[in-house]
Amino acid sequence: MPGITREEVAHLARLARLELKAEELDHFAGQLDDIIGAVARVSEVADQDVPPTSHPLPLTNVMRSDEVRPSLTPQQALACAPAQEQQRFKVPQILGEE
Amino acid sequence: MTDLTRLTAAEIAARIASGEVTAVEVTEAHLARIEAVDEKVHAFLHVDREGALAQARAVDEKRERGEELGPLAGVPLALKDIFTTKGIPTTVGSKILEGWIPPYDATLTKRLRDADVVVLGKTNMDEFAMGSSTENSAFGPTGNPWDLTRIPGGSGGGSSASLASFQAPLAIGTDTGGSIRQPAAVTGTVGVKPTYGAVSRYGMVAFSSSLDQGGPCARTVLDAALLHEVIAGHDPLDSTSIDAPVPAVVEAARNGSVQGMRVGVVKEFAGEGYQAGVMQRFNESVELLRELGAEIVELSCPSFDKALAAYYLIAPSECSSNLARFDAMRYGLRTGDDGTKSAEEVTALTRAEGFGPEVKRRIMLGTYALSSGYYDAYYGSAQKVRTLIKRDFEKAFEQVDVVVSPTTPTTAFPIGERADDPMAMYLADLCTIPANLAGNAAMSLPCGLAPEDGLPVGLQIIAPAMADDRLYKVGAAVEAALTAKWGHPLLEEAPSL
Repeated sequence: MPGITREEVAHLARLARLELKAEELDHFAGQLDDIIGAVARVSEVADQDVPPTSHPLPLTNVMRSDEVRPSLTPQQALACAPAQEQQRFKVPQILGEE
Repeated sequence: MTDLTRLTAAEIAARIASGEVTAVEVTEAHLARIEAVDEKVHAFLHVDREGALAQARAVDEKRERGEELGPLAGVPLALKDIFTTKGIPTTVGSKILEGWIPPYDATLTKRLRDADVVVLGKTNMDEFAMGSSTENSAFGPTGNPWDLTRIPGGSGGGSSASLASFQAPLAIGTDTGGSIRQPAAVTGTVGVKPTYGAVSRYGMVAFSSSLDQGGPCARTVLDAALLHEVIAGHDPLDSTSIDAPVPAVVEAARNGSVQGMRVGVVKEFAGEGYQAGVMQRFNESVELLRELGAEIVELSCPSFDKALAAYYLIAPSECSSNLARFDAMRYGLRTGDDGTKSAEEVTALTRAEGFGPEVKRRIMLGTYALSSGYYDAYYGSAQKVRTLIKRDFEKAFEQVDVVVSPTTPTTAFPIGERADDPMAMYLADLCTIPANLAGNAAMSLPCGLAPEDGLPVGLQIIAPAMADDRLYKVGAAVEAALTAKWGHPLLEEAPSL
């Protein structure tokens, strides 16, 4: 199993939308390497013909009839928003300027 | 007058129903106890004094009108801060939700209110339920009432500590890898992880959706059963909720017996890393079960050795996905939004500030385990291990009615001892994790104090899915026998605060 480098942690942090500081990158690289080393023993079953279990229950999609029902008011839904404008969630820019 | 905070939930409910005390008197007694001791224990993140008293008054009025009261009407309860509570702050022990006031109640919260249970407040927990010590709370650790310099277990440390310090007779926890049972074990209380899907997850902040399970925490097996019946049952708002009758857990708790039962002892739940005093009390419990009429069967569950490894791939993987919703856009913290940064940058800055180290560690671990090139080796293999563990349990339950083990390998460790060593911390859930991976029902109840440190030891009972009643039948028998032997409940030996 490959060791986890600082660069790899930086890449993971970008994927996970976490702005990590330089010292955090070093710290996590060591810790993640230790943890992955310890949990890697699951791969001992990798080549066995065992079906995977993703969930303890057999999951089925649950549907309800499409009826209009009471729900939160816009005011309630927006009450905890970090920023709002014209009864909408106000977010920072998503697309670039150009 | 008797100290109302020392009574069990069943006793409190009976006294309120008979008119001997009012729900308001009971609630006031517990609020006074919280005021007196919680500065030392730090079990609560938020005490809802006014809300609790209003609910208690409503119970008293109901009684005066001659309306029938439910079995736990007027009994105070401490609710883990992972369940949404309309109009009452919900933080999940995290800075990212500090000050958030949910606009809706979780199904569990609603069921408690409908049953006239008095919610005293929200209890401290490891951030997003990640941890085994309640040291990862963004709002500071909780102390173990047996020794305030030690951990009360995690992630539901606040809930179990509130029980052990007599601040509440009932509490609610959630168990993803042991977060109800492990705190119960180290605080000398009772904790039950019901069958996966038995208690609705709607409004319970998700950590690892295929493992998370809410459940009852109490000081006696009967109290846990009474609470279990209130919170369990099908919920159309949760697609993973089981649509089947709840087993008769209260009846089982009232008729404790192991006569003629086959009880399995799993070889893999012993060995290196287990404290001598924990094993001693566990072995005595097995002997007690034999004396009470159970047949003891030795079992081997070879895949249990890989359960911890599988758990620490599956839980972080699911958490990395679940916690993506904390993006600083619709609720919670937002930092770095100075008009020059993109939404993506604001999200990354907010998550860096709002999440603590354990949450970041698990998000990174999950992102790694799910990333292209590593998926099969880690997450895929962990799911295969999960199948093998399920098969081990199925084989075991062909031979026995329940399986028993120590709940935790050691008693409560000192705060700070394992803080910088994630792998050492993860070992605290060694015995509890297999039941989460397979979806079984499991309970922890006190079985004595370890001779070397005088701290509580938990006995774990595991039953097949949907056979939760067996936990209560066995648990009640063990509790009755041990209480008779000690001459009092174990918690009476805890130091007074």
